Amino acid sequence: MVNIIEIKKLTFKYPQQEAYNFNNFDLKIKKGEWLAIIGHNGSGKSTLVRLIDGLLAPESGEITVSGIKLTPETVWDVRSKIGMVFQNPDNQFVGANVEDDVAFGLENAAIPRDEMLKRVKEALDRVGMWKFADHEPVRLSGGQKQRVALAGIIALKPEIVILDEATSMLDPEGRRAVLEIIRELNQREHLTVISITHDIDEASKAQRVVVLDDGKIVQDDVPAEIFAHGSRLIKLGLEPPFSEKLKKELVEQGIKVPDEYLTKEGMVDWLWQLFSKQ
Amino acid sequence: MGKILLGRYVPGDSVVHHMDSRAKLILSFFFIIIIFLANNWQSYVLLFILTIGSIMAAKVNFGFFIKGVRPLIWLILFTVLLQVFFSSGGTVFWKWGPFNLSYYGLINGAYVFCRFVLIIFMSTLLTLTTAPLEIADALEKLMMPLKKIKVPVYEISLMLSIALRFVPTLMDETAKIMNAQRSRGVNFGEGSIMQQIKSVIPLLVPLFVSSFNRAEELATAMEARGYRGGEGRTKYRVHYWHTGDTVGCVIFVAVMIILLFVRHW
Repeated sequence: MVNIIEIKKLTFKYPQQEAYNFNNFDLKIKKGEWLAIIGHNGSGKSTLVRLIDGLLAPESGEITVSGIKLTPETVWDVRSKIGMVFQNPDNQFVGANVEDDVAFGLENAAIPRDEMLKRVKEALDRVGMWKFADHEPVRLSGGQKQRVALAGIIALKPEIVILDEATSMLDPEGRRAVLEIIRELNQREHLTVISITHDIDEASKAQRVVVLDDGKIVQDDVPAEIFAHGSRLIKLGLEPPFSEKLKKELVEQGIKVPDEYLTKEGMVDWLWQLFSKQ
Repeated sequence: MGKILLGRYVPGDSVVHHMDSRAKLILSFFFIIIIFLANNWQSYVLLFILTIGSIMAAKVNFGFFIKGVRPLIWLILFTVLLQVFFSSGGTVFWKWGPFNLSYYGLINGAYVFCRFVLIIFMSTLLTLTTAPLEIADALEKLMMPLKKIKVPVYEISLMLSIALRFVPTLMDETAKIMNAQRSRGVNFGEGSIMQQIKSVIPLLVPLFVSSFNRAEELATAMEARGYRGGEGRTKYRVHYWHTGDTVGCVIFVAVMIILLFVRHW
């Protein structure tokens, strides 16, 4: 698989700060991959994705997105490859109503109107919001607004979707709906997904998890390996998955549990075997 | 806050609702100008017929218009009374110091009252039948010629549409902050004027700070979605000038011509 994003020797700090957020940072992301970036508050997750999108400029180092080297001249080309969904559903809603908001990015890209009408409808159908097309943002729930934000990105047909804690302000229902759409985009259209999250469900759906701590990668592995260390997760600002918590409780009850990470289904299978053996 | 009628849009399906927002905006301005041509009762009757006709064409509940006049009633009465008591001419009915009640004054007062009511009716009709966003669009289109003298028309209209979109959001937030501060013991609208002014601070400062944060996040989101300024964008919303708009303009111009004759009756 080709790398869609390559970061080499990235160095960055905010102008008013002394300490460096990133120092000689390297990261490669494969095309079609779903990567979750986790870490405690202030570990540099949001800064990293803003650097990738060119919203922040690095001090030195090189970022290549889809074969384009990020420079002040190419920043708009790079941005056209990336769709970003931010945390607060209200503060990224530009349009006066749903369809206007989805069209905003298309207007910026100077897409002809006929094409725009088609794409707006398609994108809103994808997220199941077409029947709300003429609704104003005040009449929508947080989850619906976030689905509109996603539609705005789907309409632009990017190669990479970045979710900057996009589900953190949603209720469980809205979160599930948004994640379902992301999963579909990733699997069916092979979009590269980078999600920054504190949510365990979101991280467990990823193919690879990168754990950041003060601008350094402390772990880079499949979710199962990351989740096998329950207590460490808490320190990293992530709640352990339910199966890990159950395992911990069982250990306290004196029951011997397997060391490796078990998914919910894996846990059910193991419990069922445990009793049939006795 | 529920009393504010400005920008309250009532969706509907009528001739006026379907008119081009540019036409409606132009006609509203035009109407306000021709009101000042009216100088006798015949001309006011003519304008009232035009206004009531427009309202009937819009099929909007008349109660909205009375509500539109109500908040301004004290201003109207004050102006009318000034006119009535300080104008001189014609038969004087009553006189005391600088005040006098004359035939001319009464007529003038009535005219001023009519003007106010007509202007409020027509502008209420505009906002009731036109979505705020359409008004913003119409303003952008009508301001286009100003681009020649380097007025940033796109930017003004973007600011206008964002401002309109955030009005309800900020209203919600204001209510939330007020309730949060109340729960911590702040009394809004009580005590002396100084105390009342002071009690607004715990509302205003958080509102300002959060607006700054919102602006920052919104700007980042807009940039991430490829916003590079007003030039070179295409438009999702388009407006078409229908025959109905031309008919509306013709009616208003015809009324103006009749008005010019009636004026010199």
